[in-house]
Amino acid sequence: MVEITTAPIDTEVLLRQVGSPQAGAVVLFLGTTREFTRGRQTGSLDYECYPEMAQKKLEELEQQAQARWLLTGCAIVHRIGHLEIGEASVAVAVSTPHRQAAFEAGQWLIDTLKQIVPIWKKENWADGESQWVHPGLDVSPTLPATGSGN
Amino acid sequence: MKVDVRLFAVARDLAGSDFISLELPAGSTVAQLRARLSAEIPALAGVLPHILIAVGSDYVRDDAIIPAGSEVACIPPVSGG
Repeated sequence: MVEITTAPIDTEVLLRQVGSPQAGAVVLFLGTTREFTRGRQTGSLDYECYPEMAQKKLEELEQQAQARWLLTGCAIVHRIGHLEIGEASVAVAVSTPHRQAAFEAGQWLIDTLKQIVPIWKKENWADGESQWVHPGLDVSPTLPATGSGN
Repeated sequence: MKVDVRLFAVARDLAGSDFISLELPAGSTVAQLRARLSAEIPALAGVLPHILIAVGSDYVRDDAIIPAGSEVACIPPVSGG
């Protein structure tokens, strides 16, 4: 199950979805919005995505993980829109018969998601500037009220 | 052929629009699309080398041919998670 949503991520629902009588392990990873990055304070974040492609890439990740590990359950949820500090922006939950595969699959899923799924975050710094985060690309900050998209 | 290119994140901000319509010769490659994007939106030229192009929701190389009617998008380096 993969989902892109503007709603807060409900981890209880995810854990129920990946639960299985065949599972001996459940790993849940949450990515949460961090207040300080390299010493600079973040006020809030905005996430946007390319909806059709992000959905497709998340589904491909799930299928690839299913093929590589014997998963008894898999759920990936990414939140988009406006997030405050400390909220979960992404959740990956996997269940497997034994714990090693659950840790491996969970780590692979979040690492690969961060590399290929077309989702972007914008840091709204506490000092008023906003800035898209594009690894490897030096992006000029913009002043607020230019519209953030979602 | 007419190609609508969707723009996201910094690409959209630099272009001032979330898409651009380009008229390209049939059989154009992604490299030719990039050249046209640079010419049409000079503000994008500096970041285009860092931008991946997706056709039909898959990343494609610069030598790929763009099929008529396909959905094309500029994908700046992603930062989800």
